[in-house]
Amino acid sequence: MRRALLPLLGALVLLAPVAFASDYHLFQLTLAVAYAIAILGLNLVSGYNGQVSLGHGAFYAIGAYLSAVLMNNYGVPYWATIPVSALVCAAFGFAVGLPALRLGGLYLALVTFALAVAVPQVLKVNALGPWTGGAQGIVLDKPDAPFGLPISSDQWLYLFSLAIAAVLFLLARNLVRGRIGRAMMAVRDHALAAEAMGVPIAMLKTRTFAISAMYTGIAGAIGAIAVAFVAPDSFDVFLSIYLFAGLVVGGVGSLLGPVFGALFVQFIPNLAQSVSKSAPGAVYGVILIAFLYFMPDGVAGALHRGVAAWTQRRAASLPDEETRGALAADAPIPTPSEGGKARVG
Amino acid sequence: MLDRRTLLQGTLLAAALPSPAALAAAMPGVTKRTIKIGNTIPYSGPGSAYGAIGRADIAYFKMVNEKGGIGGGRKIDFISVDDGYSPPRTVEETRKLVEADGVSFIFNGLGTPTQSAVRKYMNARRVPQLFVSTGADKWGDPKHFPWTMGWQPSYRTEAQIYAKYILQAKPEAKIGVLYQNDDFGKDYVTGLKEGLGGKKTMIVKEVSYETTDPTIDSQAVSLQSAGCDTVLTAAIPKFAAQMIRKMADMNYKPLHIMSNVSISVGSVIQPAGPQNAIGMISAAYLKDNTDPQWKSDPGMNQWRAFMTKYMPGADINEANHVYGFGVSMTMEHVLRQCGTDLSRANIMKQAASIDALDLPVLLPGIKVATSATNFHPIRSMQLEHWTGSAWQLFGTVISGA
Amino acid sequence: MAGLLHQILSGLASGGIYASVALALVMIYQATHHVNFAQGEMATFSTFIALALIHAGLPYWIAFFATVVISFAIGVAIERLLLRPMADAPVLSSVGVFIGLLLIFNACSGWFFGYTIKRFPSPFEGSGGHGGFLGGYVSPHELGSTAVTLVMLLGVYLFFRHTRLGLAMRAAAYNPVSSRLVGIRVGWMLALGWGLAAAIGAVAGMMIAPIVFLDPNMMGGILLYAFAAALLGGIANPLGAVIGGFAVGIIENVGGAYIVGPELKLTLALAVIAAVLVIKPSGLLGRTVVGRV
Repeated sequence: MRRALLPLLGALVLLAPVAFASDYHLFQLTLAVAYAIAILGLNLVSGYNGQVSLGHGAFYAIGAYLSAVLMNNYGVPYWATIPVSALVCAAFGFAVGLPALRLGGLYLALVTFALAVAVPQVLKVNALGPWTGGAQGIVLDKPDAPFGLPISSDQWLYLFSLAIAAVLFLLARNLVRGRIGRAMMAVRDHALAAEAMGVPIAMLKTRTFAISAMYTGIAGAIGAIAVAFVAPDSFDVFLSIYLFAGLVVGGVGSLLGPVFGALFVQFIPNLAQSVSKSAPGAVYGVILIAFLYFMPDGVAGALHRGVAAWTQRRAASLPDEETRGALAADAPIPTPSEGGKARVG
Repeated sequence: MLDRRTLLQGTLLAAALPSPAALAAAMPGVTKRTIKIGNTIPYSGPGSAYGAIGRADIAYFKMVNEKGGIGGGRKIDFISVDDGYSPPRTVEETRKLVEADGVSFIFNGLGTPTQSAVRKYMNARRVPQLFVSTGADKWGDPKHFPWTMGWQPSYRTEAQIYAKYILQAKPEAKIGVLYQNDDFGKDYVTGLKEGLGGKKTMIVKEVSYETTDPTIDSQAVSLQSAGCDTVLTAAIPKFAAQMIRKMADMNYKPLHIMSNVSISVGSVIQPAGPQNAIGMISAAYLKDNTDPQWKSDPGMNQWRAFMTKYMPGADINEANHVYGFGVSMTMEHVLRQCGTDLSRANIMKQAASIDALDLPVLLPGIKVATSATNFHPIRSMQLEHWTGSAWQLFGTVISGA
Repeated sequence: MAGLLHQILSGLASGGIYASVALALVMIYQATHHVNFAQGEMATFSTFIALALIHAGLPYWIAFFATVVISFAIGVAIERLLLRPMADAPVLSSVGVFIGLLLIFNACSGWFFGYTIKRFPSPFEGSGGHGGFLGGYVSPHELGSTAVTLVMLLGVYLFFRHTRLGLAMRAAAYNPVSSRLVGIRVGWMLALGWGLAAAIGAVAGMMIAPIVFLDPNMMGGILLYAFAAALLGGIANPLGAVIGGFAVGIIENVGGAYIVGPELKLTLALAVIAAVLVIKPSGLLGRTVVGRV
């Protein structure tokens, strides 16, 4: 009963804005959904697989530009551009993942960061001008709701992006909870041991990179459709940095984390600039550090611990056999088999 | 919510007599006491230096309010927000200003990519996008975008003026261009080529830089190696100052033409070394707040008095404060010209009928003027050259296309 | 041909800039095994402090050393107040803190000192300031600052190789648990590392500012090249960082002028580095770390 209630409640919370929020707020939420997908992609590769990427803004930019160019130059309908962006970004991610095989930690972080720096410069190159519009960028038309639905363009785009996000989050959930997810985390926690146990590290790492890039590329496409404009300045290195900040604020290695991270990326800059016109960057930095200071493992991590503490207290006050048994199974340091069971159960 | 209620009241009462509520319905963002004006500008991120313009705008409207406001004693409620020079955030903030805050119009939004991102939206909604802070040429296009207007002379016009000057003063020149690799820099290259017309081949070398480059040394060496005897530099102050100094270091002395963006005595010439810039040519429309020749100029003294009173402690060498003062004063003029009809249509109409307005910070002879077909408020500049201690104006005021 | 020579000379001049910042990055990596993304902005802030001291009337060298001391104190304070309490947080969270610091220092530099570019004095320029020296392709200041970088390099090398404190710092970063067992005060070693890195950053900032002019975003692009330099040479090797710096300077200048055009010179430099790293993943002079299972 309670199991069904929670997702239902979640769906209600997510859909409520369509009825109550203004178009402008829905637009903001649509961007937040895009960021959530992007950060989820980053989380797959950095959080679950331990390959630090500071350059996911590059995939976001590529997804956005592909979508924009297809719509603008080739008249492709907006919804049809998303699978294309997904596929191309996946291929691109795979290619980036190849050198990543040999590079660990910092070196990978730099190479990905370099990618984030290089992509806006490449977008400005004259030879690509007919497609990318150079430094001027591309202005797009905002799509209307289809089938004569009596809702505004912003309401429709919010629902549209929400539906895509729901599918992508479910896929990610199945991925990280399944065999592949366990292998990804094993590689993160101890690559050598994982290899000894028969995990094909090279294939796993490159594929994770490809999936991650695909997620972020889709996010970029949604962002481009919602904003109805792309330009190299939309995707400077700060985009990558903010996505990364969203990842750590939300909670690394958590599926819920990207949602909080996206809300942070979307709404904290507005808060910061309303506090100070002189130095909004400083306010943003202080808020970012404060979040990490008080919740070192992110909002999701803090929530998780809070919930755990609460159920423990409740269990202690109601000492019947069943809950005690459940507590024992959730003990801090379970043996591997017990831990596995607790996860599945 | 608010919109619907005012609209309802409006329709109920409109039949009887033109009540204030009915007027309010026709004048979005305007109440009996206030007019709401929106603005997006980078207070954070890579363009945060331009935040000075926004702060000057804020201070200027504070002054207007203290002096009794505009349009029948209305106070200006100026909402200036940070967009970090990021187009998606500009879209977001502009929509917030228009849809949630309900501003009458957007004034002095800054940046070519950022303002391009909202131009379509503003025109579809019929909300004026006035006196955009960018030098791109595309802001004066009343046929396609009747709700959008620029302010300053466009970079392309400026470059055409330089082309004319080169053709006349140095017809055999071998021209080299150093430009910032974005719309700002590229507009100069386009304008120069347009101005040279059939003599485009006079340009022998074009080199660009990125704002992430630490120095432009390599580019300066390339221009010298290519044998350029005339160099046009379309760069922001940091790189312009580097260019001036590097040329002196290399003992490279071409005819140096500098973009109007980087001619501040205080923040370009002084750091680069005044003697290194002797003979440099540029074109100007604003008076330079750091140039000694305007030390006791009554117009600039008006600006200085404003700075002391409304922006105490702010950097007096910052040219963006002069810019903000000038553009805000143009806005004040337009609003006064509107009288009490502060509807969006009338604001746009009045903005498009400025008759030779003289601003205290403009060079003598340069005026703000618009018409239904001319959405380039300032289109003239005057050439000047650096003597070693001041900018010396020469020739006549030249109007661009 | 003269053009090529001049490009190489000015590449070396820029390379000196990258090398000095790369050295600060190596320093903090040696001492803490972190790479501090806020390093550049902290250096800019220090340079503004130096300029304020000079404007207040202090002679150059007194302002110079005062700034080094102040920066050292700021570095130590950041480690003690911000990073110490987060010692147990996930590694990625500390990267988040560095990003926060970057934004704070950048915004504060602009807020306190303004955005107009400022001339910063150089101790190495004669009365004339310029002209004629090596054809003007390398200024006296660029030579002097390269010398300062090399002196710093030597100092860092001697410190880590031949002093007990340097050894203790390396040990604390490499294996905190064992270091504690042999009596090293690991916490203070980390703080000291932050202080030294901030001090080296300050010196780098004061050497760079006369070349590129001082403004709040002075280090943005430079830091990127410095990262590239440090990783090209091997992040754990001071000599590698300096060589990496000069190599990056030459690659970008020559490549920008003759191969891809200046708009893609950064992209080219980064591509070269990525290629080098793929062939030699721990950098040119880095040692491959063999982990124990």
